[in-house]
Amino acid sequence: MMERNKNFIIGVYSDPDQVKNAAKAIIKSGIRIHEVYTPFPIHGIEDVLGYKKTRLPIVAFLFGVTGTFLALFMQVWMLGIDWPMIIGGKDHIALPAFIPVTFELTVLLSALGMVGTFMVISDLKPYKKLRLMDIRITDDKHVIAIDIAANSMRVKDIQSVLKDSGADEINEKNFE
Amino acid sequence: MEVISSVRPPLVTGGKTVADVTEDICMQVEAKPSRSWMMGMAISLTALAVGFYALIILLWEGIGMWGLNKTVGWAWDITNFVWWVGIGHAGTLISAILLLFRQKWRMSINRAAEAMTIFAVLCALMFPGFHMGRLWLGFYWALPLPNTFGSLWVNFNSPLLWDVFAISTYFIVSLVFWYIGLIPDFATIRDRATHKISRIIYGALSFGWDGGARTWQRYESVALILAGLATPLVLSVHTIVSFDFATSVIPGWHTTIFPPYFVAGAIFSGFAMVMTLMLVARHVMGLKDYITVYHIEMMNIIIIVTGSIVGIAYLTEYFIAWYSGVPAEQYAFYNRATGPYWWAYWIMMTCNVVSPQLFWFKQIRTSVIASFVLSIVVNIGMWFERFVIIVTSLHRDYLPSSWAMFYPTFYDVGVFLFSLGFFFTCFLLFAKFFPVVNMAEMKSILKATVSDKKTLK
Repeated sequence: MMERNKNFIIGVYSDPDQVKNAAKAIIKSGIRIHEVYTPFPIHGIEDVLGYKKTRLPIVAFLFGVTGTFLALFMQVWMLGIDWPMIIGGKDHIALPAFIPVTFELTVLLSALGMVGTFMVISDLKPYKKLRLMDIRITDDKHVIAIDIAANSMRVKDIQSVLKDSGADEINEKNFE
Repeated sequence: MEVISSVRPPLVTGGKTVADVTEDICMQVEAKPSRSWMMGMAISLTALAVGFYALIILLWEGIGMWGLNKTVGWAWDITNFVWWVGIGHAGTLISAILLLFRQKWRMSINRAAEAMTIFAVLCALMFPGFHMGRLWLGFYWALPLPNTFGSLWVNFNSPLLWDVFAISTYFIVSLVFWYIGLIPDFATIRDRATHKISRIIYGALSFGWDGGARTWQRYESVALILAGLATPLVLSVHTIVSFDFATSVIPGWHTTIFPPYFVAGAIFSGFAMVMTLMLVARHVMGLKDYITVYHIEMMNIIIIVTGSIVGIAYLTEYFIAWYSGVPAEQYAFYNRATGPYWWAYWIMMTCNVVSPQLFWFKQIRTSVIASFVLSIVVNIGMWFERFVIIVTSLHRDYLPSSWAMFYPTFYDVGVFLFSLGFFFTCFLLFAKFFPVVNMAEMKSILKATVSDKKTLK
């Protein structure tokens, strides 16, 4: 997916608020930002970058509903249809007694489904080839990465915009 | 009336920068094991070895090796089970419920508390497993798997089966929640690693995390929803554990107050265990700037609140026993306080109801030593609570001819020792190889809350 994006100009910042202002200024000057890399979440940066709200909550809900129905179906079928037994003088299909297991399986499927989806869409996996813009982004530096190929502006101009936005360092990053 | 709220104390002292957080926490992982760690490990492994011997004999000979008899069919095993599950609850309370309430002080302790949850739940799972006698058949007895007896399915009307689902769901969701939080921190360790092997291991553990804003956005959403799911889950787990007793017909057990009372007790004992572990970690690992006296005070306030709820529940049980007019019920409670197990009852009352009240004094709840001592007292008290509920309600049943006492054997003690050894071994391994404080979360609040004040002793 990212194979074509090989050459980046990166601006390195130390302060989270500065990154947000810098991103605003860069976008205003007409440059497309590839992505911002940070050691911790910066609240509000997704609005600056124009990211839509994630739909993961909907995924969680759908998996949860699946869990509810699977759990109810399993219990009703096993105890009500496949092998009915009278337990404690209750009905074969004793719905109130099925609620705890239904609840647990709802939570289980919802959690696992959502986290699984998150892993897949964010491409998180143990054997992934790492592409880090700067090794310090897991420590204390924030990086705004600009894909050279995606912008028509000259490299020099991009660098000067980054400089004006308050970047501590401006580097180039090439991925093999 | 005009009220001016006081400025909240800083959550991180010592003028830490973002780079300091990385350095302080990663240093623990990168450094050679300290002497105190080695000593802790030696003690834990000894307990594990002795317990393992008891466990092997128990599995070979059967659970007749325990001190159980016809009247007291559940004793230490289920006491230990409920005790461990209860301890586990604090981790989820800290990371999920306090996240929903936006309590930022949770960030210094949530990682370790969640680790504690996972190890405690594993310890808890051992006991019903071994109590089945033949652990290797447990899958067929406890899970709805097709089998050659019919298929004769498991009984979904039974609270014991609800427990199977509740505890295993709780374990899986806690593990996932914990792991999601660990990914960015593993990436930090990966990027600092100098040794090839540690780079490969932490590289795999960090799932190729690159810190992109879009991933962070999804990550935060996932964490919030997991917290929202884990909150009713944690409440449901101990509610269902209490159903094991509350849905029975045993006097002393079948009270409707059990679910909220068990949940409060679980949080109470869990916080006490977090306190014990964190005070040691804070001292040994030099985390005094991250786990400050303010954190200790906050935890103690939760201990006093939940401890008082538990105290009221004890009194309510007595009132209801008297008010019900059922002689068997009344006798069960009378026997609890004055019968042959009176000492267990009064240990429970002293440790759980009286001792946490000392935290009303600010000097005591901000004292490290007092907090440490009282946290252990509370855990002893909570173990006795389960012992009192289980054994004293059973040992004198309806027929005086079947009255009996329960005496633990070496194998009761041994398997408990095994679980303690297992817990502390796991926790020490965690403290050595995993980041004990959530670095990414800590960094995100640093700008707002750091103080130049000197490290508080």
